[in-house]
Amino acid sequence: MSTGSPDPAPTAGPALPRGLVANPRLSRWVSVGRDGTVTVRVGKVELGQGILTALAQIAADELDVDLPAIRMQAASTAEGPDEGLTAGSLSVADSGAAVRQVCAEVRALFVAEAARTLAADPADVTVSGGVASTPGGSRRVSYAELADRIDLEREVDGSVRAKAIPESRLVGTSVPRLDLPDKITGRPRFIQDLTLPGQLSGRVVRPPSPAATLTGVDTAVVDALPGVVSVLRDGDFLGVVAQDEETAERAAAVLAGTARWHEEPTLPDEDDLPRFLRDGPAESFVVAEPDPSGVPDRAVRRIRASYSRPFLAHASMAPSCGAARWDGEGVSVWSHSQGIHALQRAIALALGSDIDQVGVRHVESAGSYGHNGADDAAFDAVLLARTVPGRPVHVRWSRRDELTWAPFGSAMVADVEAGVDATGAVLTWSYDVWSQGHTARPGYAGSPGLLGAAHQDRSRPVPPPADPPVLAGGGITRNASPIYTFPHRRIQGHRLLRTPVRSSSLRSLGAFTNVFAVESFMDELALAAGQDPVAYRLAQLADPRAREVLSTAAELGRWDRRGTEESVGYGIGFARYKDRGAYCAVVAEVEAVHEVRVRRLALVVDVGRVVNPDGVRNQIEGGAVQATSWTLKERVRFDRWRITSADWESYPILRFSEVPQVDVHLIARPDEPSVGAGEAAQGPTAAAIANAVADALSVRVRDLPITTDRIVAALNG
Amino acid sequence: MKQTFELTVNGERRQVDAEDQSTLLHVLREGLGLKGSRFGCGVGQCGACVVLLDGRPAPSCDVPMWSAVGRDVTTVEGLADGDVLHPVQQAVLDEQAAQCGYCVSGILVSAAALLAENPHPDESTVAAALDRHLCRCGAQRRIVRAVVRAGARGAGRR
Repeated sequence: MSTGSPDPAPTAGPALPRGLVANPRLSRWVSVGRDGTVTVRVGKVELGQGILTALAQIAADELDVDLPAIRMQAASTAEGPDEGLTAGSLSVADSGAAVRQVCAEVRALFVAEAARTLAADPADVTVSGGVASTPGGSRRVSYAELADRIDLEREVDGSVRAKAIPESRLVGTSVPRLDLPDKITGRPRFIQDLTLPGQLSGRVVRPPSPAATLTGVDTAVVDALPGVVSVLRDGDFLGVVAQDEETAERAAAVLAGTARWHEEPTLPDEDDLPRFLRDGPAESFVVAEPDPSGVPDRAVRRIRASYSRPFLAHASMAPSCGAARWDGEGVSVWSHSQGIHALQRAIALALGSDIDQVGVRHVESAGSYGHNGADDAAFDAVLLARTVPGRPVHVRWSRRDELTWAPFGSAMVADVEAGVDATGAVLTWSYDVWSQGHTARPGYAGSPGLLGAAHQDRSRPVPPPADPPVLAGGGITRNASPIYTFPHRRIQGHRLLRTPVRSSSLRSLGAFTNVFAVESFMDELALAAGQDPVAYRLAQLADPRAREVLSTAAELGRWDRRGTEESVGYGIGFARYKDRGAYCAVVAEVEAVHEVRVRRLALVVDVGRVVNPDGVRNQIEGGAVQATSWTLKERVRFDRWRITSADWESYPILRFSEVPQVDVHLIARPDEPSVGAGEAAQGPTAAAIANAVADALSVRVRDLPITTDRIVAALNG
Repeated sequence: MKQTFELTVNGERRQVDAEDQSTLLHVLREGLGLKGSRFGCGVGQCGACVVLLDGRPAPSCDVPMWSAVGRDVTTVEGLADGDVLHPVQQAVLDEQAAQCGYCVSGILVSAAALLAENPHPDESTVAAALDRHLCRCGAQRRIVRAVVRAGARGAGRR
């Protein structure tokens, strides 16, 4: 610790945010320029969720500068703090707390220096718009003037308390997104737009199916094409580098035409995924077990059901992209990865090189909803750029590769059984859920986890996906244990060890399926008990914040109109994400005549202290619309050899004319810690729609997506 | 074989060297450095690359150069009048009607064409006009509101 800094961690102070424990140096996070601009470096990345705007609000408030003075710098392994992944709805909670503390300490240093300069007591110095002044404003000095005198090469020590909530100017207000002006005028901003000096264009030729192996290829014919700079065959990894995109694309097509592959029918039966999932082999793990000394099981009736979802694609609007340039032994990488530090380590692992020889910086792409092809595309660029030292190579995937090679969200199936008492209330709850693991991010299971590396050496395929620890919210069993006051519960997860379809993290991981299953089943239990679904839930719900969210949603969603209109149904779904994140309840209003049409979604959300209300609404609204698409339309298609949903016709998503009206209400909890909003709405939305369909048609669809065919099958079943 | 093509882009006569089969999107992005039109699918299914071709929306990834010769092309970069945003751009900012913003260029172009033809569309008209555009983040309702709002402000009089 630098000398002269205040005493470390006051005894009453809270523990430092974890990002600060790992990255304690103030200069890693913040620098103040002679022009008064404040550069803020964070480890979290912009995915279209508005995180950089929210963090800028926090920084500006804490430093008492105006928002335009803040420059949010893109994450970089060379300069910024390592804050792990931008995932799990943790950015506002974790990074927000770190930025708040860093900026509070930076402000204190400036105030102390201002006090010396102005010959005032630090307690009398106030700051506004980056200018410190004495009472009455008679003497003033700006951050810009003080910048050269402040040494930020010191560690954060927790000695300064961040501001109390009422003092915040920007936090809690709907500051417009800082990145949108560029995006609506078409200025280059995305990684796909990157134009580095001397840049070449690269394309990869992927195998036609997950298990295909290369038996032959003619690289010479491609090498001879005009404009082609290099052709690479490294094991089963095939690619070209050319002068421009068009040439690279044509050359890749020629290369693909000369490649011969041996294919194997390794994929499961897409029409019987529950059987594939249950057949294993799997590793089973218990999340909750009944307490043998608890209330005896006096169930008078047992009810059971099974629910499933298929594999889902990220289906980002932009194909994955990456760029790389080798200089001597080192490689610089540009990527839209959600975890640039993990990617840096994984690339070093795959290359067998030193981590210091790999630098990764983040560049924005289209919306990212988990572990998509970003990291793989970055490594593609690394491999192709190695063939042209000193020249940057920019690689963009095709739509086909994006929809067939980026990891999917795993198919899942859940069996649930409840024992109920004479009133219909739950006494025992038993839940088993089968799935592939929900994380295969770079570096997992001791593997680089990068597609290119697995194709270079087919004897080292990507390992079966792992699962996040249950204590961190889990993956397969995320939200598998209901929030309700059931006396006995037994919850078990089963992670598949043979995974022919590549899968990894997709927004909300297992919570989407688990909440869909739990909340669908709650409606089935309410029906069996002859009770109203909202009243049935409230009778078994103790958490006051949960009760308020649920009750308010029933009002906002016009629950009292349920059962008043022919072919129109109302359904509710509710959960607290990861059991400690955002509370979200949804009422869906659907019309089911020739097909199911979701007319309206009413969502009520409690995310604790809200940093940017419109940002939260946008995330909730977007999450609900995406979940509507998953629920009604989406399913990765395949035969026994190949993934066949390779374009937007075969992998349809919700269109403008199908998007419901979405109303979002936020419950103000300024005294509660902020939690993320990006993954709260998905599970409750699916359940609300399924329950509304059941209400409208008196038929239950338990396998997603809820298509007309599935409804007809259920009606006939 | 490259040849020289002449076309009008955002009101300016431009000459570009390209192949017959080069796509207009490729020429805009790589030849003219106009990166606002996005590549999404390459087969005209997603709408991220939509430009106005003689005033009508078309997916530029699916327009070969031979068919673009001599035509009038408007991209998202050409919607604003100098520093003054097109009303539909301003309305998208006012409604914060985007998340990642990747799909929004093509949508703005289609919306501008709609407003030129129908200055005061209602929500269902806007949704129908934008139905060929995909948005994965779920910003559709905000976008529809923004276009209606732009119409209410008289965007169509431009």
